[in-house]
Amino acid sequence: MLRARIIPCLLVHKKGLVKTVNFKDPKYVGDPINAVKIFNEKEVDELMVLDIDATVENRGPNFEMIKNLAQQCRMPFCYGGGVTTVEQAKKIIELGAEKVALSYAAINNPDLLKEIGDAVGVQSVVVVIDVRKKGLLSGGGYDIYVKNGKEKSSFKLQTFIEKLNSIGVGEVVINSIDKDGTMAGYDHNLVQMVRDLTDFPMTVLGGAGSLEDIRTIIAKFKILGAAAGSLFVFKGKYRAVLINYPNREEKFSLLKEAR
Amino acid sequence: MIGIVDYGSGNIQAIANIYNRLNVPFQVLNQPDSLKKANHLILPGVGAFDAAMRELNDSGLREALDIEVLIKKKPVLGVCVGMQILAESSEEGGLPGLGWITGKVRKFDVAKLKEKPFLPHMGWNTVEQKMEHSIFKDIDHELGFYFVHSYYFEPSQQENILGTSFYGESFAAAVFNNQIFGMQFHPEKSHSNGVRLLSNFAKL
Repeated sequence: MLRARIIPCLLVHKKGLVKTVNFKDPKYVGDPINAVKIFNEKEVDELMVLDIDATVENRGPNFEMIKNLAQQCRMPFCYGGGVTTVEQAKKIIELGAEKVALSYAAINNPDLLKEIGDAVGVQSVVVVIDVRKKGLLSGGGYDIYVKNGKEKSSFKLQTFIEKLNSIGVGEVVINSIDKDGTMAGYDHNLVQMVRDLTDFPMTVLGGAGSLEDIRTIIAKFKILGAAAGSLFVFKGKYRAVLINYPNREEKFSLLKEAR
Repeated sequence: MIGIVDYGSGNIQAIANIYNRLNVPFQVLNQPDSLKKANHLILPGVGAFDAAMRELNDSGLREALDIEVLIKKKPVLGVCVGMQILAESSEEGGLPGLGWITGKVRKFDVAKLKEKPFLPHMGWNTVEQKMEHSIFKDIDHELGFYFVHSYYFEPSQQENILGTSFYGESFAAAVFNNQIFGMQFHPEKSHSNGVRLLSNFAKL
């Protein structure tokens, strides 16, 4: 049987790994290569690494870093950050990454996704959508944000996902800015809304604070990717930095309970 | 020496990384003459069936590959789309495949899936081994392998099926015909199981 995926999501800022809260206050948590080595040993289902500086600094991906990370990964590796061209996406796949994630460039120009899909295979194209809840006065729902949550996109979430449906992508990652780093649980309403809008594989990010949060989201949505940052880099209530991940027994019993 | 065939498709680097770590000699080969040097060949592949076949046909390696595999009988391993092109044809495209294993590549029937997501079949799935074979030696079937695909190879002969997986329906996850092997999953992205399988292949 196909299993749900439990995915550590690492953020790169100034060449180090960081963890943010609501996309702010990056806290240094370690060295990317070292973290990947540990996640290899822990046999993580998949690994996502997002360079949160690239788009903001208006630069392309750091290929040297991607190469070094891909060389280590014995599991599927998804890279995102600063990808704006087909050539960059091709290079990332050639360096040994499995998937290339786009956010800002995809929202600006969705047709780029089609071109990248034609070049590297649709299954390798991932779209990360950062969203924030609208104020109550605006009637609820969610807005799409770009550039690390700094800029609101004019694209409506529903319209954008419908656009993705017509283009075809390999996976949609939905990231809640409100929940980022809070460890207060995933936004189930948001996940439900996106799940209803698309048939594609989906990964949720933002809010996981315990394995129980992961179990409940998998129990509800079955085959999806449950991604987390803080949960897999911090330990305890004082948020001491410690790379961790459920061992095989814990993971399989969690998945079994969620079935 | 393991020859990773570079015909313009597939994640060559990830496979190379594993043989590097295993200290198994390998080379990435893209010239017809260079295939002679290899004892084993790996055919990677990603993307669409026709695109992979077109790349292979245009690479100038086709004839040399036929000689090494069909006449000299060197072990060959096709991965993902590199497995699918071992078939005679695919529903995904119009070009003929290599035809080294009889059968056809079909698209998953989404109507058989009970819930979303539908396609691609992506993530970790288990493989039920249909017969004993040294290529599966010491494989941990509880862990399974990483898959990402929307089409699967349906061999016309049951005896060519080495292992099956399930996604709405049972499908061939691993096929073989003498020394020709095809794996739908990605051993290069499947942790210890993938490393073992690639190591087992190198020992054939």
